Amino acid sequence: MLTLALIALPLISALLIFALGAKPARTLALGSSLLSLLLSLGAYYLVHAGQTELLAFDQAWIGPLGLRFAFNLDGISLVLVLLTAITTPLIICSTWNKEISNPHLFHGLTLLMVASMTGAFTAADGLVFYLFYEIALIPIFFIVMSWGGENRVRITLKFFLYTLFGSLFMLLSLLYVYHHTPNGSFAFEDLYAAGRMLSAGEQGLVFAGLFIAFAVKMPVFPFHTWQPATYSTAPTAGTMLLAAIMLKMATYGLVRIAVPMLPDGIMEYGSWAIVLSVISVVYASFMAIVQKDYKLLIAYSSIAHVGLISAGVLTGTDTGIAGGTFEMFSHGVLSVGLFFVYDILERRMGSGEMARMGGIREVNPLFAFLFFAIVMGSVALPFTSGFVGEFLLIQSLATANIWYAVFGGLTVILGAVYMLRAFQLMMLGEANVHTRSFAALSRQETILLSIIVALVVVAGIYPAPLLDIQAEALHNLIGSFH
Amino acid sequence: MERLVTLIPLFPLAGFLYITFLSKGLSRSFVGTVGAGAILLSFVASVLVFSTQLHGEPVVVKVFDWITAGSFEVDFAFLVDPLSTIYLLFITGVAFLIHVYSAGYMHDDEGFNRFFAYLNLFVFFMLILVLGDSYLTMFVGWEGVGLCSYMLIGFWYKDMRNNDAAKKAFIVNRIGDLGFILGMVLVFIYCGTLSFGELYIMDTAISGLHGEVATAAAILLFVGAMGKSAQIPLHTWLPDAMAGPTPVSALIHAATMVTAGIYMVARSSQLFQMSETASAVVVIAGLLTSLLGATIALTQNDIKKVLAYSTVSQLGFMFVALGMGAYTIAVFHVITHAFFKALLFLGSGSVIHAMGGEQDIRRMGGLKSHMPVTYWTFLIGTIAICGIFPFAGFFSKDQILAHALEHNIPVFALLMLASMGTAFYMFRMFYLTFHGHFRGSHEQEHHLHESPRVMTIPLVVLAVLSTVGGFIGFPHAIGESIGIHHWLDHFLENTVVMSYSTLSAGSEVILAVVAMAAAAVMIWYAFSVYVKKGTRALEDDEVESQAHRLLANKYWFDELYDATIRRPADALSGWLSRLVEPRMIDGAVEGSGRLTRWSGEAVRTIQNGSLTTYLLAIIAGVILMLIWLN
Repeated sequence: MLTLALIALPLISALLIFALGAKPARTLALGSSLLSLLLSLGAYYLVHAGQTELLAFDQAWIGPLGLRFAFNLDGISLVLVLLTAITTPLIICSTWNKEISNPHLFHGLTLLMVASMTGAFTAADGLVFYLFYEIALIPIFFIVMSWGGENRVRITLKFFLYTLFGSLFMLLSLLYVYHHTPNGSFAFEDLYAAGRMLSAGEQGLVFAGLFIAFAVKMPVFPFHTWQPATYSTAPTAGTMLLAAIMLKMATYGLVRIAVPMLPDGIMEYGSWAIVLSVISVVYASFMAIVQKDYKLLIAYSSIAHVGLISAGVLTGTDTGIAGGTFEMFSHGVLSVGLFFVYDILERRMGSGEMARMGGIREVNPLFAFLFFAIVMGSVALPFTSGFVGEFLLIQSLATANIWYAVFGGLTVILGAVYMLRAFQLMMLGEANVHTRSFAALSRQETILLSIIVALVVVAGIYPAPLLDIQAEALHNLIGSFH
Repeated sequence: MERLVTLIPLFPLAGFLYITFLSKGLSRSFVGTVGAGAILLSFVASVLVFSTQLHGEPVVVKVFDWITAGSFEVDFAFLVDPLSTIYLLFITGVAFLIHVYSAGYMHDDEGFNRFFAYLNLFVFFMLILVLGDSYLTMFVGWEGVGLCSYMLIGFWYKDMRNNDAAKKAFIVNRIGDLGFILGMVLVFIYCGTLSFGELYIMDTAISGLHGEVATAAAILLFVGAMGKSAQIPLHTWLPDAMAGPTPVSALIHAATMVTAGIYMVARSSQLFQMSETASAVVVIAGLLTSLLGATIALTQNDIKKVLAYSTVSQLGFMFVALGMGAYTIAVFHVITHAFFKALLFLGSGSVIHAMGGEQDIRRMGGLKSHMPVTYWTFLIGTIAICGIFPFAGFFSKDQILAHALEHNIPVFALLMLASMGTAFYMFRMFYLTFHGHFRGSHEQEHHLHESPRVMTIPLVVLAVLSTVGGFIGFPHAIGESIGIHHWLDHFLENTVVMSYSTLSAGSEVILAVVAMAAAAVMIWYAFSVYVKKGTRALEDDEVESQAHRLLANKYWFDELYDATIRRPADALSGWLSRLVEPRMIDGAVEGSGRLTRWSGEAVRTIQNGSLTTYLLAIIAGVILMLIWLN
């Protein structure tokens, strides 16, 4: 029931916000998202206490086809639900210093998206997952289309068609396995059993379909070209939704569907996907090095980080999955921070063009300090959340093949190269004509950045709450085929 | 005791937090006292913990559950054993002196509070590095000190050259860190733990590694050590790091952080013992680095650069010792080096302070009469590094040479060469700075003064330590015959693999005399060139000999890396972003979009709404089918 409430609350709030108009939109949205946060903390308590009966929901839907409306919230889902619940209020707050036209539509769409992503993270059934995965595309489509920047129509269309096209392969793969279930069922348990009965070759093909769908969404090289343009043109709150939460549906999909359903296929015919993911890490890092615009740089760095998650998860090891799930959380929080920094810069400088910046630290040391802490999280310094995830992922890669770890590990070096270069260009040196009058942070901005920094540091020093909570779910997922 | 150990790093952490968040409006002397006081408390606690190790057993103190992910499990825990406690002792001791000195040196800097905050944070991470019971906990400190090093090299962040130096230090260290990470990963895969206690001390889980994998793990970990301890080919960041304030150079880039690599290899002595190849790699890297540093230092004219290359060279000596299996001797040299090199750097800071920021020894000269305390203490440091009895450097360096003599004559010969170079460049710098006539401007001459007592007292204390510090490691052979034993070897013998020198007392004495005679010759030579003849050092545009130019330009390493790594990488980035990404990858995506539209358009022309066309098409289709079926 709680799981259902976590989906229904933002959904109902969104409808309410649409109905009540612009004025109370912000407050309502924030209130609703904070309530969701409380609910998800309640869910944490229940998972922790092992009281799982409140977290599952199963209702017959289309009987003859064996379709069920089924949800379950286990430790792995919980990390993603928490990520969603923690970042949503931050994302809503990030718009507080900005004038948005039609705020009720904007916030309503945001909550709709949250509802559908939460649905995807808690689905216990392949088709339910697929539906929520797809529905989430609609609100973000409208958000980018209506509040986006230059070339938004062209870019949004490309993003929409590309991901839609990718998802078709997921549907085909799911249907294929569905037809091999004895009673015709999309329930994950049945899909796992049926998938593992397939020959390794068949599994490999089914996996290829799934991976293409997820690779477009994450994105992974060479399916990534929609991403930088979309991240760049989307309103920053939309970019945060995309980078912090939405792409996690794809990495979560690898964890929840691909890895447990197709172990032999991935083992024998899946290394191309790990290779592509590792290429993604290196390729996107090199792309990030030459970016002149801060927002594009962050977009490429996101591809690099997500590539590592994808590669680590696909090793199918417990370390890879736990580390990958943790890194999803870390990357989500850091993405909100990094893009919020863009928002702060854009409001004051008009753009993210780094060449025009410089010397901001001199004018605004507090901002530089908080930004630096987020940069350190992004380059995965120990005692930040980034390190825990990245190290576990590299560890898991090495168990599969040491060369994956060597090339994937290049992010340790290249990440420092592009992030420190950007930080130095933007923040250090002497202030120039553009930055001399760089306005101080507002109270909301300071609080928001501080919360993000605190999350990154606390989760880095004491990651146990987010790692240990996965233990049982991990055992159920992996133990089932090892 | 368990609480006491946890407190050791917590004092400087508290100092950092206090100064960062609560020091607004407080006076500088108060902030300085808080900063130095935090370290003093750590020092006291370290002394107490150290005393338990004189007769006690190693203890693992678990602080909290850190990372558990499936089969991967690492606690955040501290290991208290002789090796870690001796490091605690000299780190907190030297750091305290440098904090006191900084209160004077940085007094007029607008970033005074920030400086003490960073310095405290650095000590915190350094203590985590040393106390960590696992490679992963050590890595927290390892990267943390790197972070502080970055922030302190770029302390004066308005000057982009400082920022470039800071960034270079961070990135070069990160190259090493990838090696460290991969080394750890291998150790975990084969041994199932990263805890030093389980790998080396209470158990021998390290034996899960053998053969080529042991070699690979050892070399990868050593790559990490190369980055942190500035060994060829990852040495180029350390001289640039002199862009930071001088106390930073003394504390981080001479006495403590850069010796972390030696600590790590000594910690892993059992692992390195398992692989002759890895040990040989360590010897070769150390030997080349010691020669490189000693030769480049001959031609440098920036007082801090001379000391920086000297540090590079001395670190090379320590790695040679490690590679030959003389782990305790390497640790011994770390300690004596911390004393005399901190002394020399702080002395150079005192000189720079008096010279109004000037660092070029060609603009100095005759400072002896103006700053007697700095002069005498600096002289002690210089003699100590040259390895003259009874100063601290003599004991540790002599034992490295003794081991080399036993193991490998060419290594011994080359070390002797580096050691003679050391004597020459150190006294060249010393004479040019303190003897002869003053060569700076009148203004500078007028300004010359001895530094305040808050700066000279630490110099004096370090000078005392540089004088007597060597007696903790009296050579075995000689010591036995006169009843003094090698306290340090004895203290560390159950912690690291031991390798005792088998030279007889007689040959030990001969070796010591020869080594000192060689150094004395070089000192005399420097004296005759720079004092007796009064030769001045060449200006940059007067350098003509090719060899001199090669050294003055540091063997062109920076240029080499620029041409072979940096520019190709930039070119690759440019090529990817201009051609591959827009034309090839996105081109294919857009192309498939266009193909869809084009095919749609093409098919649409058939669907033109005219019934006759459809009828004709149906008939044609039926005919074709009939033909095909027949």
